[in-house]
Amino acid sequence: MRSQQEYVLRTVEERAVRFVQLWFTDVLGTAKTFAITPAELENALEEGMTFDGSAIDGFSRVQESDVLARPDAKTFQILPWHPDETPVARVFCDIFNLDGTPFEGCPRHVLRRNLDRAREQGFTFFASPEIEYFYFANPDPSNPPVTLDTGSYFELTATDVASDLRKRSVLTLEEMGIPVEHAQHEDAPSQHEIDLRYTDALTMADTVMTVRLVVKETAQRQGVHASFMPKPLTGVQGSGMHTHLSLFEGDTNAFYDAEDPFGLSEVAKRFTAGLLRHAHEITAVTNQWVNSYKRLVVGYEAPIHVSWARNNRSALIRVPVIKRNKHESTRIEYRAPDTACNPYLAFAVILAAGLKGIQEGYELPREAATNLFTMTPEELAADDIRPLPGSLNEAVAEMEHSELVAEALGEHVFEWFIRNKRAEWGAYKTHISQFELDRYFPLL
Amino acid sequence: MEPLLCYPEPFPTEISLVIERAGYPWKAVARPEHAETDEPDDGWAGAVVCAEPDATGAFALCRLVRARDVPLRPLLLIVGPTQLADMHLREDHFDDFCVLPVRGEEVAARLAHLFWRTGRGLRPELIEHGPLVLNLETYQAAVAGRVLDLTYMEYELLRFLAARPGKVFTRETLLSRVWGYEYYGGARTVDVHVRRLRAKLGEEHAHLIETVRSVGYRFGQGAWSP
Repeated sequence: MRSQQEYVLRTVEERAVRFVQLWFTDVLGTAKTFAITPAELENALEEGMTFDGSAIDGFSRVQESDVLARPDAKTFQILPWHPDETPVARVFCDIFNLDGTPFEGCPRHVLRRNLDRAREQGFTFFASPEIEYFYFANPDPSNPPVTLDTGSYFELTATDVASDLRKRSVLTLEEMGIPVEHAQHEDAPSQHEIDLRYTDALTMADTVMTVRLVVKETAQRQGVHASFMPKPLTGVQGSGMHTHLSLFEGDTNAFYDAEDPFGLSEVAKRFTAGLLRHAHEITAVTNQWVNSYKRLVVGYEAPIHVSWARNNRSALIRVPVIKRNKHESTRIEYRAPDTACNPYLAFAVILAAGLKGIQEGYELPREAATNLFTMTPEELAADDIRPLPGSLNEAVAEMEHSELVAEALGEHVFEWFIRNKRAEWGAYKTHISQFELDRYFPLL
Repeated sequence: MEPLLCYPEPFPTEISLVIERAGYPWKAVARPEHAETDEPDDGWAGAVVCAEPDATGAFALCRLVRARDVPLRPLLLIVGPTQLADMHLREDHFDDFCVLPVRGEEVAARLAHLFWRTGRGLRPELIEHGPLVLNLETYQAAVAGRVLDLTYMEYELLRFLAARPGKVFTRETLLSRVWGYEYYGGARTVDVHVRRLRAKLGEEHAHLIETVRSVGYRFGQGAWSP
């Protein structure tokens, strides 16, 4: 522990770092930060920095509002986009109560608690998300979204701007030690995707926070707005965060079994069964906004039906076919989450659902054979295939009755989250939309 | 500099004084297995083992630290005149020896020589390998003159590998020697960090860390092989 802190202090001195940004995340997954000077850093590493948590979403409590941000020295990193003359570094923080106990509202702590539970059973949890997002021409998000590909003077130039931005983001990520599996232009105009190489889930949640910031920061510098909104445009694909998942026992992939015709172990099947059985309960967390449910509709690549399949992208869980001798990469792909989730909480509930399946020995249901999008409601019901919640309201109602989610998130986050989401739904429900005005106002 | 491992405890004062005067930090352990449990995060700098009065324990400790994947070096053995015969067939368990009663200057000179031979001294330590330079004093690393912004674990992994070029390490060995404690990532963590390091080294220098299929990793082979 000491030598990590010494490394940080020494590096700050050697590189003449001017400010160290302390990064943490509120309950809804928004990145928060405050900067300290190198002079304060040693104290921050030793004792943590006190701040008033009541201004942070999900941090408020009845009595004590002060909390402690304690830097996780392992995550110290100089930020490559600041000029060399005035280096700025960041370090992720864990939030503690003043008495030194972990603060219940800290998402990093929530994920850690669930990872510890996996570890007690001998598992380490790995995640590898595909992050989709859009670039928009106007840097001011109070303007309506105009895509780069169609909204600029010359399409060719405009496309180049977007590809160049994506390339720059990927290079910055690599400089920060975040390897990118690949990056590509996605289906919809102006939509892009960055696929991250797997890491343990805590590092990956930190990484998702970093990626969102790097992509937005890089775009802003070029006068472009990058958005992770799940469905920013009507009529085209939304932005998801398909996440590849696996459990390892030491050096071996616990999802692989050479004897099984699909190469899937009992652990993998039960984990998948757990995720399927509890999918509707965790959807409020993996898809946490009103807008998230406009992505989860028929006609696009987003999943709607709780089902699994090997080569069928309409299923909620896809089991990719593994190349020969690549058993280590045996994994399942959970396709519901969107990039606007809180990655710490999303990974926590996904893991909890999977572990529940292992613990209780759930049976894996039959593989979905056909394209689920073309099945009638009657056919789906006959196959016992349930839909995911259709709105934030439905999702929160499912979550409210879930002991699994309450346990995974802890009482503090669970209650605050439900209260916050009910309020969001309430505000949405009373809003008169353009759709209604266009359709009803001339007619009724 | 990390401390020298000294055995036994209490360690003979006449020798510890010499070690201190020569500027080496040291730490004595009472039992051979404490060489493992009391080891500092960055490993022992070397060892001075005195076979008086407990020859059995002393030889057990030598065997223990030399049987590691990365044997502890340098190791200076101090024996009584009657124990010279016990050294037979244990030649690989030490790098040099002195016979009791020892002269302080001799111990100091032998230690200095051993450290010189193993390429480490009391000077600020640099590890240089082709385009890569690590300053162990300031924790800074640079490749082809470009300073690398490493996290602590990335730096530690690079330092461990770069200090032992050409040698192949399994993931377990790296995990236990570099991380040394339970980590969320398990053995796969090593792969993750190697990928991160390669990304930071840049395409041109990523080959400095070589994957040895179904074994683990090796530093620097690529740079020397034709």
